[in-house]
Amino acid sequence: MTYIPNTDDDRREMLKKIGVGKIEDLFENIPSDLRLKRPLDIPALSELELLREIKTLSSENRSGLVCFAGGGVYDHFIPSAMNTIMTRPEFMTAYTPYQPEVAQGTLQVIYEFQSHICRLTGMGVANASMYDGATAAAEAVNLSLRTTKKTKVLISQSINPLYAEVISTYLSGTDIELTVVPMKDGHTDFNRLEDMIDENTASILLSQPNFFGLLEDIKVAAEMIHKVGGKLIVNIDPIAQALLKTPSDCGADIVIGEGQPMGIPVSFGGPLLGFFAAKKELVRSMPGRIAGRTKDSQGKTGFVLTLQTREQHIRREKATSNICTNQALCATAASVYLSLLGKTGLKKVALLSAENAQKLSDRIFKIEGFEPYFKGSFVREFAVKTPKPAEEIILSLVEKRILPGIDAGRWFNGMDDCLIIAATEKRTDEEIDRLISGLKEWAMVNVLS
Amino acid sequence: MTEKILIYDKSKPGRTGYTLPKLDSSEKEVLSRIPDKFKRDKDAALPELTEGEVMRHFIALSVKNHHIDTDFYPLGSCTMKYNPKLNDAAASYRDFREHHPLAPCSSAPGMLRIMEMVSSYLGEISGFPYISLQPAAGAQGEFAGLLIMRAYHKANSEKRSKIIIPDSAHGTNPASVAAVGYETLQIKSNEKGIISPETVAAVMDDTVAGMMMTNPNTLGIFESHIKEIAEIVHAKGGLMYMDGANLNANMGIFRPGDVGFDMMHFNLHKTFSTPHGGGGPGAGAIGVAEKFEKYLPFPVLQKEPDGRLWFNYDRPDSIGRLQFFNGNFGNVVRAYAYIKTYGGEGLKKVSENAVLNANYLKEMLRDEYDLPYDNHCMHEFVLSGSRQRKLGVKTSDIAKRLLDFGVHPPTVYFPLIVPEAMMIEPTETESKETLEQFAASMNQIAEEVREKPDYVKNAPYTTVVKRLDEAGAVRNLDICCPE
Repeated sequence: MTYIPNTDDDRREMLKKIGVGKIEDLFENIPSDLRLKRPLDIPALSELELLREIKTLSSENRSGLVCFAGGGVYDHFIPSAMNTIMTRPEFMTAYTPYQPEVAQGTLQVIYEFQSHICRLTGMGVANASMYDGATAAAEAVNLSLRTTKKTKVLISQSINPLYAEVISTYLSGTDIELTVVPMKDGHTDFNRLEDMIDENTASILLSQPNFFGLLEDIKVAAEMIHKVGGKLIVNIDPIAQALLKTPSDCGADIVIGEGQPMGIPVSFGGPLLGFFAAKKELVRSMPGRIAGRTKDSQGKTGFVLTLQTREQHIRREKATSNICTNQALCATAASVYLSLLGKTGLKKVALLSAENAQKLSDRIFKIEGFEPYFKGSFVREFAVKTPKPAEEIILSLVEKRILPGIDAGRWFNGMDDCLIIAATEKRTDEEIDRLISGLKEWAMVNVLS
Repeated sequence: MTEKILIYDKSKPGRTGYTLPKLDSSEKEVLSRIPDKFKRDKDAALPELTEGEVMRHFIALSVKNHHIDTDFYPLGSCTMKYNPKLNDAAASYRDFREHHPLAPCSSAPGMLRIMEMVSSYLGEISGFPYISLQPAAGAQGEFAGLLIMRAYHKANSEKRSKIIIPDSAHGTNPASVAAVGYETLQIKSNEKGIISPETVAAVMDDTVAGMMMTNPNTLGIFESHIKEIAEIVHAKGGLMYMDGANLNANMGIFRPGDVGFDMMHFNLHKTFSTPHGGGGPGAGAIGVAEKFEKYLPFPVLQKEPDGRLWFNYDRPDSIGRLQFFNGNFGNVVRAYAYIKTYGGEGLKKVSENAVLNANYLKEMLRDEYDLPYDNHCMHEFVLSGSRQRKLGVKTSDIAKRLLDFGVHPPTVYFPLIVPEAMMIEPTETESKETLEQFAASMNQIAEEVREKPDYVKNAPYTTVVKRLDEAGAVRNLDICCPE
């Protein structure tokens, strides 16, 4: 049988050593009324047939869509060198580095990943990663609750609505009061925020840029929440961050985000990479694995998993989170990406993405019936008011192999006419032309006639 | 002095590891649209290296890792089996990698079809008719299952607050219980290493929401009383959750959904061999009985009579969204390829050979090490290093000495109920020769413990670093390299 080395002879010898006649005898502890008495009904295929079948399935998708959709995951270019490193079995097929002497590769990569995240955000500490940006946000909320002992959490309406859904799920077993701070013109309404913050508020979560691509004055929120001893949690886009003031400079206590834009394919939404950074004083309450630098018995530098007494395998029900895995391989991808792009390259990716977004918006807003949904500054993503429901435009343009953006109406009542468009450095002028003419043709048929 | 081994130490201003298109306008012009108050003061201090230097850095790091493609990895409860390369090839198709998760379902019929088939295979393997591929990992599967229990009891206007957990349970079980706001009610395993129905009956009442069990349990022993236990729990209104971490022993042999469990999670990265990646990503599907279907996390994959598949988000009774998008699709494809390479009969052979290998290895180690539960084991077994401890050598020393033999040590000090525990899971992909070699190494170490204990206590000798100062790492916390 494939991947099983035991031959019939092996099995005979092994059974003899064990002292039983047949494999079946090893299952004698399972009462017969618990046994499955028929074969599992699952067909088997050879490698050739299976790859052929999966290839066929993959090509049934509307493939090669030119992607202008964002909402947390973006179609960035992945440098060729990454594939060589990411397919190394040394990274791919290793387990969690519980025995550091034989896991220095993974551990140093995680330590460097943590360091890159700190340098990007300006924060003092970062962990080895979480499942994705949304669960990182939920864990950040939990960290704010643990460290402040307060009972109320605020999230801005302008954050990614999928984050809001996940946070709500994570808090659903608790008595914590989760309240949404409404937005005004696409930005967090700071007047309302000021009214809503009270002595029981553990934290406020904002996004910079927010779900509609707009820049928020997060410093203002920092001052408000710090007055009552609460925490400011900020979600960032790691690419836009190359251009933007660090959350640390704006007063953030916890910074989280989706790390997929850093060299990880979108893969229909997973696996992704949640990154998690915080002020130094919060480190002992942080969730997830953390790699630390230390010395070996002969004074040589090495790396270990550290502060493990926070974690479930030691603390069990008193752990800071139930998370066991991190997204080590995705964190490795982000480390390689940030090492290749480096100080100047990440900024260039951000600038090229921003320039493409500017080109797009300049041209889209010249099409009759399309206008900015909100006023405000953006980096690489922006919201467009469409003459008819955005969903119709998306379905129509997908037929032309263009994914024009995402439909905000899926999550925001009364915003069916809001199309959120994102740009990356990967989009060419020709692709931008295609989107513009696609929108124009759609408008000709569906609006003007 | 700290050695210069970090990537920052190799960085030099002016070096680049990329080429990118030119801006049409200029940096100044692009930035002019962003108000100054939002702009970064100085560039992030990321390293500056050429592609060749980056390559050497990471390749040099990679070879410092132990991994399944070179050597044995008998970590108990982790199911470190060989990761077939076909699965990675399948997951790397461009149409999968580049499809945006918020693209309309109509643009992704092939991917939805794979999710549907994996769901149906997991249903066939487990006996649960409804599957969700949403959970990102096993612990998130537990979290989802417990939220479903909570939602179910709430719908019946019941206030229950406790979850029964055996003392042999994985650490994630109690941590997940705490995460949903329940309390853990820990019960003791009996002298045979399993849970007696009487123990459950003694604590089961109407404050208990349910019970979590791992079967086979972390001692590698089949919980043979599950049917009676499920009856006791159900009679008082509780629910039964199965932790599927050890499913590798069960395929084609026993289906939790047939014998009293209400729900379970799968670890696709264990049983179905998706690569562990140095600690993740995993994937932690859940299966539930029919009456819990309405509580499953959304989106839920739905099929129209014409065969069209779509994600349903409109699920009023759902426990909600668990993670960002549609689950770890990349690992779902790998699991699909794995399951279909074996087929139903092959999967049974997987479990049979996993159990055979564990029993064979146990036979070869029983003379030199204590075997607290002496019975046929399932896919793993637990030894105790108590005999060696009496000679002054700890299980952690034995683990470090094993590194010199090129093998990864077993899971140590777990389960907590066995002193100086070594939990060993060889998996079905290891050959008889590998098992014999491992046993020879273990037995040689046992002899060393008797004859030159200090030699074992100072191991390892052949690794790239020697024993690391873990206490020092906590005391002088250095988890991020300052600029």
